Amino acid sequence: MVFPGTWSDRDCAHAVLDVLKEPVRYIDHREQNVDGLELVILPGGFSYGDYLRCGAIARFAPVMEAVADFANRGGLVLGICNGFQILQEARLLPGALLRNASCEFRCEWVHLRVEQSNSAFTLDCRPGQVLQIPISHGEGNFFADPKTLDTLERNGQVVFRYCAPDGRVTADSNPNGSLRNIAGISNARGNVVGMMPHPERACEALLGGDDGLLVFRSAIHALARVAV
Amino acid sequence: MRYRAEVFVTLKPVVNDPAGLTIRGGLHALGFDSVTEVRAGKYLVLTLDEPDATEARARLDAMAKQLLANAVIEDYRIELEPVGEPVVAGDASA
Repeated sequence: MVFPGTWSDRDCAHAVLDVLKEPVRYIDHREQNVDGLELVILPGGFSYGDYLRCGAIARFAPVMEAVADFANRGGLVLGICNGFQILQEARLLPGALLRNASCEFRCEWVHLRVEQSNSAFTLDCRPGQVLQIPISHGEGNFFADPKTLDTLERNGQVVFRYCAPDGRVTADSNPNGSLRNIAGISNARGNVVGMMPHPERACEALLGGDDGLLVFRSAIHALARVAV
Repeated sequence: MRYRAEVFVTLKPVVNDPAGLTIRGGLHALGFDSVTEVRAGKYLVLTLDEPDATEARARLDAMAKQLLANAVIEDYRIELEPVGEPVVAGDASA
């Protein structure tokens, strides 16, 4: 998906097409449908300049109605960074992402603990597995009211938490002030996932690590499972 | 009637406001020790043509709910004042 100001679309396409050898189509924000697609990725960036709020304008782009239909039919949707913010503004995922507690833009490698392997994007992971994936954002401070947080925990919708290299969830390993160290969540059905870290930038050892491949490979396996 | 609306969007009291905290820290560094709290927000000014104030307020309320504020984290307040008759399109004397 490409909105004005999206910046990580080519990184996502590189990971899926060049690394995983799966076909890719760029979807323009003015398109009316997403027919024929098996997976929709909303990449990171600064859609519409982040004006008003991150993702607030993008959620009204013509194509977003088709994306909502696709998600509600069970289609796989991954929102990364700004894409996560857009999915929340579109109410396809709960909560909101506030300015980082430090007020700084954070661009660094972090450790993520996989909290559950039932989502379409963590099937290939085991619960408790620690992944190394970079972040790059100024507004990734996950917020939801206490009731929503408890619902997310109870339903197993917390997918990733920021953690120490050994998997312990600590205040020091939280790069942005996210409540309960939450780095990624899913909808109740598990077909829509939003995450602040960038798996598409961790798909080749040459570039520092390839743990991000697990996220994309999981989706491919989820699709194969549906097709059988 | 043409109206001028001011929309104030602020983070809900329960939501942490790192920008506000940083600004407070700056004020304290300058010696303004009396400041106990700063909340940062957004200030929007809209000009709109509506039949009356009730309708204008209803429309602004809908705008705030759909786009201007995010109800998950933000509150909003609207102030409205009439600023005269709308300019008629094509009226050279206006």
